[in-house]
This record gives sequence, structure tokens and C-alpha cells, in this order.
Amino acid sequence: MQVAKSNSVPGIDADCGGACSCATCHVFVDHEWLDRVGPIGQWEESMLGLTPDRQPNSRLSCQIQLSGKLDGLVVTTPEFQY
Amino acid sequence: MNETQEIKKKVWSMVGRDPRTIPLDEIDLSHPGIWQANEYLPFLERLRREDPVHYCKSSAVGPYWSVTKYADIMQVDTSPDIYSSEPTIGILDTNAENVYPMFIAMDPPRHDEQRKVVQGVVAPMNLKKLESVIRQRACAILDGLPLGEKFNWVERVSIELTTQMLATLFDFPFEDRRKLTRWSDAFTAIPGRGIIDSYEQRQELVEECQVYFTRLWNERVNREPGNDLVSMLAHGEATRDMPPKEYLGNVILLIVGGNDTTRNSLSGGVLALNENPGEYQKLRDNPGLIPNMVSEIIRWQTPLAHMRRTAKVDTVLGGKTIKAGDKVVMWYASGNRDEDAIVRANEFLIDRPNARMHLSFGFGIHRCMGNRLAEMQLRIVWEEIMRRFHAVEVVGEPKRIYSSFVKGYSELPVMVHPL
Repeated sequence: MQVAKSNSVPGIDADCGGACSCATCHVFVDHEWLDRVGPIGQWEESMLGLTPDRQPNSRLSCQIQLSGKLDGLVVTTPEFQY
Repeated sequence: MNETQEIKKKVWSMVGRDPRTIPLDEIDLSHPGIWQANEYLPFLERLRREDPVHYCKSSAVGPYWSVTKYADIMQVDTSPDIYSSEPTIGILDTNAENVYPMFIAMDPPRHDEQRKVVQGVVAPMNLKKLESVIRQRACAILDGLPLGEKFNWVERVSIELTTQMLATLFDFPFEDRRKLTRWSDAFTAIPGRGIIDSYEQRQELVEECQVYFTRLWNERVNREPGNDLVSMLAHGEATRDMPPKEYLGNVILLIVGGNDTTRNSLSGGVLALNENPGEYQKLRDNPGLIPNMVSEIIRWQTPLAHMRRTAKVDTVLGGKTIKAGDKVVMWYASGNRDEDAIVRANEFLIDRPNARMHLSFGFGIHRCMGNRLAEMQLRIVWEEIMRRFHAVEVVGEPKRIYSSFVKGYSELPVMVHPL
């Protein structure tokens, strides 16, 4: 999420600034990467549950910790943040 | 008003007290006086500075904690396991029979189950469909405004537009739409201030609303599921068997949620631009700032000044010990002016970065479901205003609502000046 915001990538709103509190940094993680981005936390799950366009590969991008291992990570942004 | 009530009124109101010197333990934010008088900001600032998690021992609503810093409010808002939304999110304690169950005042799992059913109404695809309807209506309303003549922006634009929007969301009979406004205002009003005379009268209006919406439910439950809120509730798995009182509670929530909040932002934006003419000029020079301005307006106005929680367990916040059962009030109107969290918080800046980080919609699982719809309405109205008017000029004193909850206007005298 932070990378997207710093580089003005459109489609990731991040209203709460990365506090897992708004669900507006919602992304769909490419299936190849889904089990490499780490598990969904409890609060993340609560927030994700409230996005109407949630898919099995939905994540909140503020909860994906980037590292060298994720170089090449592909995510798709939803049409709207909700 | 009898003598006891007069005495009570004198003791509780903070109007006329000096925010810099009043003893901390006499500060009581719950009384509507300073809010209607527009004198609340220095009291909020004093608390943020000297007693950010402040215990008010005695008030017309009993004892309660005031949370005034952005970071502490965030903590409360995002900890529903500690700070419950049950039985009510209002500062007034209600007794069990008068409580209409609504998901804003529920904790997980019931909250999540019910919210999931209705949130589809404001889902992305629906918003896209609603955009053209909203624009048509905004244009019709703005084109019907008198030129060179003073009128009340609140009545002619803010109320009219949001009411029409609400009628659409419910697929409510259009010619009866002002009933939605009437009910919504009555549900949050304090008796004796021009909206309702008594709580009994409010109860009558609640029943009227119930009868009407029960009829709508009965009509739609046997039809194919539609895209309106009533149909969603009538057909949704988690809600179709809900007891009538709970149905009404959720209807009330959706009416109130979508009503005076958006209305007061529509009014508040006009006032803010008039009070900050440099910003109005910025807007004229660059209408591309409208989406960002909308967020700033919502921050600046903070249409709902607070939300209340009840501690489920003993806990510590800002160094203070809160006991299980204590009433905890998050003052969004304060957090939104907290300079430790928001740069130049006490300035209205339509191009400020991170404009959406304000507290007006709340954060966490209860974050306002209609937030993008509200933003969309405001954006569209301002786009159409800028196409027509060089200025919407405030020409008289605004009249504010008597409430420490609803921050808004009953009158905003304006004159519009065409391009």
C-alpha cells in the first residue's frame, strides 16, 4: 500500500493511512502469489468481510509486508475502493 | 419549562464559560449549548492539550469519558472487542424497550451478518448506476434556484437533494419523500427545539414510519429481489426473518445515516468556502480539486460530532483506567482538528494531502457504509455548481442545530451569482 501511495498508483485509496481500518487499499493478489504474501490477520479478515466485491484472492495491501522475496508480485486493483 | 428544568438547564450548559480557565472537571461536552453556539472548538482544544482522556463525573447524560485525540479515537474505534457498540452508539442511555436494534449498535458477529446484507446497495456497481440519476437531480435543483434573491440553501438544495437520494435508495414513493426527512429529523432531535415537541410525538412518528415501511416490505417480499434497500432486507438471508423492530431499526439507521449527514456537508461546504475566500478562488482556478475538496469539507464539517461506545472490560487508554460498563465518547469533531495527527488541522485547505484520513466516517468495522455515496453526491453537486455559478454567497447568519451529535444547519441564507 505504501509503495502504491508513494508512487501515485491510482486505485488504492488507503483512507486510514495503513492502519487496517478502512478496507480501501483492497487488492486482488495474483493466484501465483497468493500463498506467498503471508496469512490474513484477524482484523484484516473482519475488514475484508465487509467489502462487497471480496474474492478468494482479496487482501488489504496495507497488510502485505514487502520484501525481496515478493519481487515481481502482481496485484489487480478493484474497479472502485469502497 | 418548570423550575427544576430551568435549574438543570443553567447548571449543564457550558455557554458563556471560559474554555481557558474553566476547571477541567467542569467541562461537559455533551450539552448541546456550545455546539449550537459554535463555541465548542476551544473546549476540545483544551481537553486535547490537558486531559485527552477526560472523565466527566456528572452531566445530563450521566458520567462518561471524552476521548479527544485522533490516535486515541482510532484506538477505540478499531477495538470493538473492548469498546462495544451495544446497546447504543448515542450518548443518551436508552432503556431496553426504546432501543430499536440496528447494526450500527451491534457487535460482531451479528453486526457483520447484517451489514453484509445491505452493503450491496452502495456497492461500486450500484454507485455507478446512481451517478447519472444524482446528476440529473442536482442539475434540476440548481437550475430551479432563484437568481439575485436570498433563499435558504439548506431547504432548497441540501435537504431536497439528499431526500431525493434517499427515496431512490429505498425505492420510496417519490411524492412522499419528505416523510423520510421528517422521520429522520425526528429520530435524532431533542424535543422542544422546533422539530418535535416531545418524545411521545417522536414515538408517534416512529410508528408512522414503521407502518409505511411494513407496507413496503409486504409489497416487495413477494416480488423478485430488487436493488433497493427494502428489497435487500426482505430477501437477504440474514435479514428476511428479522423481527419487525429490528427491520425498523435498520431502516431508521439507513435513513438517518444517509440524510442529515450528507445534507450538512452540502451546507457546510458552502459556508467553509465563504469563510475562506482564498480557497474558493483556488476552486475556481482548478475545479479538478473537487474530489479532494469533498473530503476536506467532510473533515471540516464533521457532520456527526461523536460516537459512543461502552467498555466491555476494564482497560487503559491514554494512561487512564476505564472500568467495564463505562461510557466512552469518541469526539470525531475534536480528532479532526488534532494537529498531532493532521497537519494545519485548523485550516480549511481544499488541496491538502491525505484528505481522506479524517475521522468523520469513523474507522474499523463500523466505518460509514455510505461514505463513497456521500462523497459522490457532494462531488456531483459541486461540479454542477461550478458550471453555473461564479459564487454561492452566504448573505446572512447560519442557524445551527441544537445538538452535540448532529453538527449541522437549519438555515443558510445565500444568494447565487451566475457565471
